[in-house]
Amino acid sequence: MALEIQIAKKLPDFTLDVSFSAGNGPLAILGPSGSGKTMLLRCVAGLERADQGRVALDGRTLTDFERRIHIPARQRRVGLLFQHYALFPHRTVAENIAFGLAHLPREKRTHRLAELLERMHLTGLAQRYPREISGGEQQRAALARALAIDPEALLLDEPLSALDTHLRSQVEALLQETFAGYQRPALLVTHNIEEAYRLGQQLLVLSRGRVAAFGAKEEIFRHPPTLEVARLTGCKNFSRARTISDHVVEATDWGCQLRVAQALPRPAAHVGIRAHHIDFVESSAKAAPEDNVFPCWLARSSETPFRITLYLHLHRPPEAGGEAHLQAEVFKEKWQLFRERPLPWHVRLSPESLFLLPE
Amino acid sequence: MTLTTPMDWSPIWISLKTSSAATLITLAAGLAAAAWRERRTGPLMALVDGIFLLPLVLPPTVVGFFLLLLFGRNGPLGQLLLRLGATVVFSWPATVIAAAVVSFPLMYLTARAALEQVDLHYLEAARTLGASEWRLFREVALPLAWPGVLAGAILSFARALGEFGATLMLAGNIPGRTATIPIAIYFAVESDDIRRALAWCLIDVVISFALLGGLYYWAHAPAPARARLMRR
Repeated sequence: MALEIQIAKKLPDFTLDVSFSAGNGPLAILGPSGSGKTMLLRCVAGLERADQGRVALDGRTLTDFERRIHIPARQRRVGLLFQHYALFPHRTVAENIAFGLAHLPREKRTHRLAELLERMHLTGLAQRYPREISGGEQQRAALARALAIDPEALLLDEPLSALDTHLRSQVEALLQETFAGYQRPALLVTHNIEEAYRLGQQLLVLSRGRVAAFGAKEEIFRHPPTLEVARLTGCKNFSRARTISDHVVEATDWGCQLRVAQALPRPAAHVGIRAHHIDFVESSAKAAPEDNVFPCWLARSSETPFRITLYLHLHRPPEAGGEAHLQAEVFKEKWQLFRERPLPWHVRLSPESLFLLPE
Repeated sequence: MTLTTPMDWSPIWISLKTSSAATLITLAAGLAAAAWRERRTGPLMALVDGIFLLPLVLPPTVVGFFLLLLFGRNGPLGQLLLRLGATVVFSWPATVIAAAVVSFPLMYLTARAALEQVDLHYLEAARTLGASEWRLFREVALPLAWPGVLAGAILSFARALGEFGATLMLAGNIPGRTATIPIAIYFAVESDDIRRALAWCLIDVVISFALLGGLYYWAHAPAPARARLMRR
């Protein structure tokens, strides 16, 4: 099956204009809030009309502006999981899940309901009302309700954003299990980079209504096609770049020349490196120039329970109020090994970790 | 100041019967109008709203006069009914019509507000689950709007119970048939029977208090009791 989407819709600040085809399996749609992600899902579900374009599911036309086709949401068989679940508050968990099963004969309906309750670990909660169960349980009930109609495509709008951290990993495991047993197109919208990476087989980066990148997630994270995608996928370190030779660029914002492994796109406008790819080495004495080892001074730092982010100034100590050049992220265990060393420390920007971005 | 004739209790029964029937009618009509109107916009809708709300703004005598024109022997509806062998004016159904028309705007307004309060996401979820618009209304929108709708029905009932002007115009004062409590009070006063008028007024106060008491219990009942009441 494939979900083909090619739609345009004018939104208050920009135009949603996307074109892609999602095959079987989960496709994560990553974008900052207000990038048009939710609107995209609503257009596919048939809750909004696109201004233009077409949506087809396995060859079945759902929307076609030119042929004036707009199949109503209730006939689409597209499951939509709402961000805040939208469980009917006046119906029990079982009644919520069975809502989409009304057309089945009684016996079949009971059977299917029991199966869904079991699958989503909700059997003991069937007679509870949504307000009587936890956020994670509500999420599972909403997922069971969406799956009840045996949807030909599944759309999930920020499925984890309303959950606490400890619930999130449980629900995430359940989603992965669900996707494994659901060999049909599934679009999962999120603004969380790690969620997108963990849950999506493929990745689509959405920015102000446009597809900024679409493809294998590993490839997009390793070689972001544009500065925008690099930023949206969580890269923190960029410098403007000037090409010197085939494998050397001058990083003008960082005041140094860098050797890079990646073949140069011409012209390379920016060079970047991810925060956790920055290495700390003993000294620059033994380093060859192609190792990209530079002295650096600590400008400031910020801690999370297990990691620390170090804001570094290259080549000389930072002046008061001066901007740091790089953000490096290291595990605290590793940081313990060099935190007591006198400044300057030495960082290595490995040629394999550097990526170049075209204009 | 003595009762010139023995007390006729029929106005109590007529008032309750009329108000109940009128409330059932406004409940259905008000809900239908609210549901129909809710998803429509445009300049024509302002006119529709104006027509729906007119009975609330106009003096009841004016409403009654219009109803008389409509249902009278020469009125369009009166002619139609006459051909079917029925006359409405000065009959019990006239009290129901007058009370229903006058209380309709209250039902319409509250029902619309209650339906508009229903979170759209619930309706959208129901749509993606394959529900028809009718099922959506019956199984999602209406149950969620039910407390508001019920409040509208209670308001309508109270308004119908107090209806006087339009009822007098359309239904007159026929003891045992169209004489409701307010009408009984008016004619008691007019015939200088102050004790009878006072008795009717006290009865009205008791009924109103019972109604308010019911409302108060409804509003302050612990959640489970209210949920039980809500299960239609």
